[in-house]
Amino acid sequence: MRSSPLQKFIVAVLGWTVALLMFFPVAWMVLTSFKTEIDAVHSPPLLVFHPTLANFTHVIYLGNYLGALTNSVAISLGSTVLGLLIAMPAAYAMAFFPNRWTKDLLLWMLSTKMMPAVGVLMPIYLLCQRSGLLDTLSGLILVMMLSNLPIIVWMLYTFFKEVPGDIIEASRMDGAGVLAQLRVVLLPLAGPGIASTALLSIILSWNEAFWSINLTSVNAAPLTAFIATFSAPEGLFWAKLSAASTLAVAPILIFGWMTQRQLVRGLTFGAVK
Amino acid sequence: MTKPTTAPPHRKKLMHTWPLLTPTVGVLLLWAFVPLAMTLWFSFQRYNLVDPTISGFAGFNNYKFLLESPAFLLSIVNELVLVGAVLIITLVLGVAFAVLFDQEFFGRSVARLLVIAPFFVMPTVAALIWKNLLMDPVNGVFAFVARSLGFTPIDWFTNYPMAGVVMIVAWEWVPFATLILLTAMQSLDRQQVEAAKMDGARGPQILRYVILPHLARPMTIVLMMETIYLLAVFAEIFVTTSGGPGNATTTLTYLIYLRALVSFDVGGAAAGGVLAVILANIVALFLVRTVARNVDL
Amino acid sequence: MCTLELRNLRKVYSNVEVIKGVDLTIKDREFVVFVGPSGCGKSTLLRMIAGLEEISGGDFMIDGVRVNDVPPDKRGLAMVFQSYALYPHMTVAENMAFALRLAGVPKPERDERVMVAAKTLQLDALLERKPANLSGGQRQRVAIGRAIVRQPKAFLFDEPLSNLDAALRVQTRIEIAKLHNDLKSTMIYVTHDQVEAMTLADRIVVFNAGKIEQVGTPLELYHNPANLFVAGFIGSPKMNLIAAEVRSSDGRTSVLTLEGGSLFSVPKALVPGQKLTIGLRPEHIAVVAEGGMAGRVEVVEHLGNETIAYASIGAAQPLTVKLPSDSDVRIGEMLHFASRGQTASLFDEAGSAIMSPSA
Ligand SMILES: Nc1ncnc2c1ncn2[C@@H]1O[C@H](COP(=O)(O)OP(=O)(O)O)[C@@H](O)[C@H]1O
Ligand SMILES: [Mg+2]
Repeated sequence: MRSSPLQKFIVAVLGWTVALLMFFPVAWMVLTSFKTEIDAVHSPPLLVFHPTLANFTHVIYLGNYLGALTNSVAISLGSTVLGLLIAMPAAYAMAFFPNRWTKDLLLWMLSTKMMPAVGVLMPIYLLCQRSGLLDTLSGLILVMMLSNLPIIVWMLYTFFKEVPGDIIEASRMDGAGVLAQLRVVLLPLAGPGIASTALLSIILSWNEAFWSINLTSVNAAPLTAFIATFSAPEGLFWAKLSAASTLAVAPILIFGWMTQRQLVRGLTFGAVK
Repeated sequence: MTKPTTAPPHRKKLMHTWPLLTPTVGVLLLWAFVPLAMTLWFSFQRYNLVDPTISGFAGFNNYKFLLESPAFLLSIVNELVLVGAVLIITLVLGVAFAVLFDQEFFGRSVARLLVIAPFFVMPTVAALIWKNLLMDPVNGVFAFVARSLGFTPIDWFTNYPMAGVVMIVAWEWVPFATLILLTAMQSLDRQQVEAAKMDGARGPQILRYVILPHLARPMTIVLMMETIYLLAVFAEIFVTTSGGPGNATTTLTYLIYLRALVSFDVGGAAAGGVLAVILANIVALFLVRTVARNVDL
Repeated sequence: MCTLELRNLRKVYSNVEVIKGVDLTIKDREFVVFVGPSGCGKSTLLRMIAGLEEISGGDFMIDGVRVNDVPPDKRGLAMVFQSYALYPHMTVAENMAFALRLAGVPKPERDERVMVAAKTLQLDALLERKPANLSGGQRQRVAIGRAIVRQPKAFLFDEPLSNLDAALRVQTRIEIAKLHNDLKSTMIYVTHDQVEAMTLADRIVVFNAGKIEQVGTPLELYHNPANLFVAGFIGSPKMNLIAAEVRSSDGRTSVLTLEGGSLFSVPKALVPGQKLTIGLRPEHIAVVAEGGMAGRVEVVEHLGNETIAYASIGAAQPLTVKLPSDSDVRIGEMLHFASRGQTASLFDEAGSAIMSPSA
């Protein structure tokens, strides 16, 4: 499409306006995290100020940030690895050895994802309580894995579907068992797809709030739950809130930015090329 | 030559898939049905976690109580308003942004990173930052902008609480729609657009007759994924309004949470849960059909 | 030693029977070609032999042992796929050695066997390349090399040439023929191209709609097609098949009225009034001064080594005639055609042959 320089200029201005507006809340949060509490609530809002790292040191040393960070990492990695381990064989079976029930099975799996979490909040809470999983990492890893499992299976399935069936059959002729097929053939060929599945699972777990808030209190609370404690009126210090938030968002934001291309493939279930 | 064999009664399979499927199907079956069965059971019980004297069979009382409380109907309306409003906003802005960022311009790739950033922001952070730093009626940035332009600042969470929540949730989900629709835009055949131009189509007509049909399929994917997550919106309400003021932002999800872990009324929460499941199934029925039509299996 | 025996093999896909009872014995060192129109079930049958597809009914024996339930890698067969199915992340050498590696063959022996196969196929200079950096013909040779390295009891080929351009296809066809000659192993080759079948096969198996139509050497099929399907499928240009009715018969020869009105006499006693189909190969028809079938030439194709003419004789299909290259037929010309020698085939109303030229 040919466009005049003026059109190009308008597009650039529009594009950057949209980008900056969308990003403004994040940028403002980061900016505020370097302010003193007094500067943070200053009116009119300050763009120029004496930056301070006091909020970060406060959040890191006095708050539970490091504990929550560790929990977030453990939960998102743990649930992702566990989910992949369980889902890969199933996705492999459905992608390469479909039968007349495969389609229904897939849709059923997806439909379990549509069941509202609140519908089963009470039983899950009580089951966790009885089995001692309440406020533990294992409990949350398990619940998070289960709640992401349908999405993981679906994504793996769509990526495996893209691997030519002939290659899998050739490897069967060559004597590769299921494990060898997964490891030597499928893993290298569907590697990017598996990676984007893992990415999405990590991001979903990292940002999950419902189960995190309701199934943890102190020990296993990940960052989402940790940040939620700032909503209590006595915790309302904007600069510290911003610093904690920046610390909570930064790892996954940077990770997400670096892997966005992979991610898109996963997000669309392969329905968008 | 060995002796000729006839078909044996038990025919072995060359490839068994059930051992591979069992773990996934098994845990999902447990996950889908055991808690649901328990919810159903609880919904007919008088059961309160903090008051053991309340016990016994409740019949339909939990349902009756719930259905008769004005908060219930309102919560369903709130749920639908929230989901509907966010879906409309994200799809409209998603298409607009996708078309915009599909154009070549200076620094596009960086601008695109900035646009998708909100998707990675956890709901609790998004809600707290918006509620305080941006939407605070006294010290917030919005209030400052309003005052500078000569308007009275809006106290969002007092006067327009649902609009406030919708804004936050939409901000989180616009990037998702943009990302997917933008990817889809890039697979649009440029020659189609050129052909349409040769046929005399102008901007809006190109959008209507070329771009939107091309985006129909990815839009259903966006619709499905977002609906799944929007029906479960919780943290944004939890940290901003806690369902208030009054019940103005209490969605069904939040109402059940209140029953369950604030009043510890297991029976009542379970009855709400059952109704939420029914509601979700109605939506799911429609969604799963759409997906089955739109995604190659 | 490798004899393959198919006994009443059947394949059912969710209530649709795509292989409807196939009986066939493939002898040791034989080159058998499965040929038939696409969709007739050739690949399915080959994949059942390979072990990639379950057998719904019947028995499949290798050297007398029933192997219906033996997984593919334990059958000792190697397959060359239409898409080549090379592992894109492995080099040529790794691709060829993969089966040996899985079987636990020690590295020196592996390298040795890969090298030998690579030399045979002139792949030795390409061993470190990835499939993406090979031409179509080279990929095809790697796929064959991967099969050779395993020293299988039998080779299975599924349309191995269909992704190559015409020139390369002929060249590779010759190489495969040479390979069979050198390796002296049993080969089953699937194709929908009757030229490949005719040139490569010891025996051809003609399939149609999941059933065997005829089994025989290329020349048997050419001269004695068992039915209308085989008659129409084997030979290029296609055999002329013209509807006819017996007009009179004197106990030794009969006169037929062909569709369009021409008369044609055949050396066989037939019942007057009987409806049948007569088959005439284009190469067995000559232009004569008068008599025979009269027709107007509609299209002429000069191929250099020969000339093909299509003449309308009033039948549904034009008569195809193969003429010498120096023939000067022109479009619009009225000519008379007659069969050279006693070379007509006759088929009854059910399509079965009732007379062949050499019978
Ligand atoms: N997995 C399957 N499910 C159902 N039908 C199939 C399947 N695979 C092949 N078929 C059908 O079986 C028939 C034979 O296919 P195929 O063996 O591939 O034919 P060919 O190789 O001769 O072209 C076709 O009609 C095809 O549609
Ligand atoms: Mg085929």
